This record gives sequence, C-alpha cells and structure tokens, in this order.
Amino acid sequence: MHNKTLAQLSHALHAKEISSVELTQHFLNRISRFDEQLNSFITVTPERALEQARAADQRLQSGTAGFLTGIPLAQKDIFCTLGVKTSCGSKMLDNFISPYNATTVEKLDAAGMVMLGKTNMDEFAMGSSNETSFYGAVKNPWDLKAVPGGSSGGSAAAVAARLAPVATGTDTGGSIRQPAALCGITGIKPTYGRVSRYGMIAFASSLDQGGPMTRNAEDAAYLLKEMAGFDLRDSTSVDSPVPDYVASLNDSLEGLRIGLPKEFFSKDLNSEMAQTLETAIKELEKLGAIVKEVSLPNSHLAIPVYYVVAPAECSSNLSRFDGVRFGYRCENPKDLSDLYKRSRGEGFGSEVKRRIMIGTYALSAGYYDAYYLKAQQIRRLISEDYKKAFEEVDIIAAPTSPTPAFNLGEKTDDPVTMYLSDIYTIAVNLAGIPALSMPAGFINQRPVGLQLMGNYFSEAKLLNVAHRFQKETDWHLQTPNGF
Amino acid sequence: MSLSSAEVDKIAHLARIALNQADVPKYAENLSNILHLVEQMNLIDTSNILPMAHPMDMAARMRPDAVTETDQRALFQSIAPQVDVGLYLVPKVIE
Repeated sequence: MHNKTLAQLSHALHAKEISSVELTQHFLNRISRFDEQLNSFITVTPERALEQARAADQRLQSGTAGFLTGIPLAQKDIFCTLGVKTSCGSKMLDNFISPYNATTVEKLDAAGMVMLGKTNMDEFAMGSSNETSFYGAVKNPWDLKAVPGGSSGGSAAAVAARLAPVATGTDTGGSIRQPAALCGITGIKPTYGRVSRYGMIAFASSLDQGGPMTRNAEDAAYLLKEMAGFDLRDSTSVDSPVPDYVASLNDSLEGLRIGLPKEFFSKDLNSEMAQTLETAIKELEKLGAIVKEVSLPNSHLAIPVYYVVAPAECSSNLSRFDGVRFGYRCENPKDLSDLYKRSRGEGFGSEVKRRIMIGTYALSAGYYDAYYLKAQQIRRLISEDYKKAFEEVDIIAAPTSPTPAFNLGEKTDDPVTMYLSDIYTIAVNLAGIPALSMPAGFINQRPVGLQLMGNYFSEAKLLNVAHRFQKETDWHLQTPNGF
Repeated sequence: MSLSSAEVDKIAHLARIALNQADVPKYAENLSNILHLVEQMNLIDTSNILPMAHPMDMAARMRPDAVTETDQRALFQSIAPQVDVGLYLVPKVIE
C-alpha cells in the first residue's frame, strides 16, 4: 500500500478497496516502526490524523470527496498548524502551539488530506544537511551514515522511506531540491509567489517558497495543483490562475530545447556525477529534446550574494523572537535587555546565530552599501543571465548538488564548506524562477538528482519533462533497503 | 574582512544575542570566513545596476484601509510566556 502513487491511492479510496482510516493507520504504523532510525518527524499527530481520516471516509461515502481526500501527508514543521506544536526545528519554538493555520495547511486540510505529523528540518530552515535541528539530525534512508540533505530533510527522508506518501517542503536556497536529490525523490520549488507564504515561518522573505516533495512528478503535479494559488494574506502572492499541472504531464518533448550551462558542466563537476547526468540527459534527447550549451556567466556569484541577502532578511525576520509574546523565554531575566539577549542566545542554535549576526553586520550603518546594496545589484545580473538563457532554450538542466549525500558530521566544522553544497540551487531562488529535482541515478548506492529549471510560471513544463523522463526510467521507483 | 572578538561582541549586542564568551573567538573565525566568501562580490563593477529587491520587481499590492482582523487577544496570549490582565509582562523598564 505504501508504494502506491497518489493516483493509485485515490483510486483505491474511491473504489472502497481501503478506507482512509486503514490507510492512515498503515502509515502511522510505519512511522512507529521505522522513524526511530530516521528521526524524520518532530511531532506525530495520530489523533488528529485519525479524526481527519474518519471525516475523509465520510466524504468518500457521501460522494463529496475530492481527488486527494483521505490521502495522508507529512507537513514540514515550518508550516503553522492550529493546535499543533510548530517548532521550525528550534528550541525557540519548542513550546509554540500555533494559534492559526498556514494557508498550505488550510488548503490541504480542506482538500481532505490527512496530516500524519510535522517533519524534522534544519533550524529555521538554515542548513543543507538537517544537522542544525534542535531535535537532532535526520538520517538518510539510503544509508544511515549519510545526511538526508536540508533543510527539508525530514520530509525527504519520510517520503523516501515510504513513511508518508507525500510531504511539503520549503526552499530558500535549495531546501526542497537538494534533500529531494540526496534522498532519491522528486521535489519542486515553484515560482516565487506561486504558493502562499502565509503561516510559513519566514527565513528570507524574498526567497522562501513552499512546494511538494513526492516520489514522482505526477504526484508533485497533483499536490502542487492544490497548494498553489492566490492568497490575499500573502502580500507577494501572485494573482494568476493555476494551470492544470496534471493535464500536460504527457505532452510531447519533441523539439524541446534544453540548455546546459557551461559553468555547471565544467571540469569542476565530479566525473561520476557528470557521467550520471549525461546519461539522464541523453534519455531526454531520445524523447525528442534538443540539447544546447548556454551560459550563466554570473552563477559563481550566487553563493556570495545569497549569504548577504538571506542573512540580512533573516536578521530582520527573526527579530520577532524576543521572549515576550511567544516562544522561549530565559529564566529570571534581570532587565529587558537581558530578557532579549538571553532568550535569543539560549533559544537559537549556532548556525541561526551566525546568520543573524552576518545579516546584522551587513545591514549596519556604514556597511549597507558595500554588502546589501551590492548583493541586490548582482542579484539582478544573475536574474538577467537566466532571462537571456530562456530566450534560447525552454528549460535548463543542471546538477542539483555537487555530490550525492555526504556523511553525517562531514561538513559541520566549517559553515562555508556546508554553504558550497548549494552551489547549483541558490541562483534559482535569487531569480525567483521554478526548478525541480528528480532521481537520475546512483553513485555508490546513494541517489543522484537532475535539476530542471524553467522560466517564471513554467511549473507545468518542468513536471511534464520529469514525468516523461520517469516513464522511461525507473530511478524514482527504487526504494531504500530495510523500509 | 576579518572580524575581531570585540567586533563580534558589538554585532551580537546589535542583534540582541547573548554569546558565551568562550565561543566568541570561534564565531569571529566563522563570521570572518563567511565575509571572505562574500567579498567575491567586490570583483564585479555594479555601477549603474539597479538593485533587485524582489524576484519579479513586483509593486506592493494595496488594499482598502478597513479593519479585517478580529480580536484574538486571549488566544494569542494563551501561548505567551507571561501575561496579566491582557498585558504582556516584561521586567520593569522605567523605575
């Protein structure tokens, strides 16, 4: 049952081959049986889940069920969930029971989906390995010595190990795509503004975007269709109709122009990775796609720009955590300044503190022009690189990460080494375009992801290409041993 | 750009974060490495380039100036660290 796609599960539920309660119980059982090894959930919500499942079964009985009604999912613990602990992977919010629902939670609840629980993540989504979580690292189901990637590592591991059929993630610099690649699943970061950010705890507001993490592109199309759409409560939400991502999944790839950025496929790319990706791209050529070289000349500046823009925005966003209205408060503060400083000093982990301090520094008097303004100017150059490339090609193919999953503890000593693991994903967020990662092979039994980037609002095209690829390949059907 | 421990202390104060003094040299080293990474930006001439604040250069949406929120004070204060008669409590600021 846990290897079925969303379409198969929906069919089984509508045909009454299984009830939502039975399906939900099946996944809850898998979580209790396997998650001790993985640590992919921060909170499991069996009572809420079974209550939603019973309601879904009623809708299925009465004929008012939608396509996703009764299907379980896992929500990243960054999405505020009414009455449920929403920790964002931080001690700061360990006691935070959200008083409201994020739009994404509201929409998927309304669709009749059943939330199994909240998944583990890097603290405030700041990390590429899930090792900055207050709740401990998540393990990669393909190899328990390896990281699952981050920040949506819990969602990626849970879907890869079939502890949830699908999950939600968020992506500020690669946090959906990189863990999807490292865990061998499919994940899409939509165009900035496509999915509401309301109730999604903010890290860097001009970069953050929520999206689905699933086993294949078809499931992602179904889930994104439900998550996407205009929301008055998010001031940057885009008011344009949501296309039917499922309807175009089987479109022909004949004549599709795929650009390969020469900066990404340079001699710096590890040769096994290059070979694996070339094989995958050949598969797309067999389907009728035409491959040509493109250039993104400023792509090497994406990491420097990101590590100014993201920390600057985070230092502002995270100033709300002050020990006064909600979240962690230190013991016996001696005055107001001590209350702020110790609540934040004790409530935040070291990566979050580093990023807040970098942002504070970059925004402080005398440094603003040299750092923040400069970064915003180069951000435009990076975005224009993509604009130019999309005049020549329909989509761009790239590695998702420089290597398959690395080992736990391998990159925790030096933050800069960790930052470089997002070298291929970050520019997409700076430009605001959509991109997905899909399974494309293995190196030493660890999954490899191929990234597809598209122009603004081209999610349907990206999912179409991934789906056609997945009809010809079986990388996405591989499952880790022992689950 | 390398940061000294004294500079880290100053930034931590601006960010209202208490650091353990023993950790300050490590933060100074880490933050200096990050700033070093960031300094690659200086190799690029950006005169005459318009800063990009938003991915789609979108203008902020306006809404009618009308009250749309309901009063949820009791709910929001139910998760506050310390409240009394509807007020958030903090240590005394003015003697």
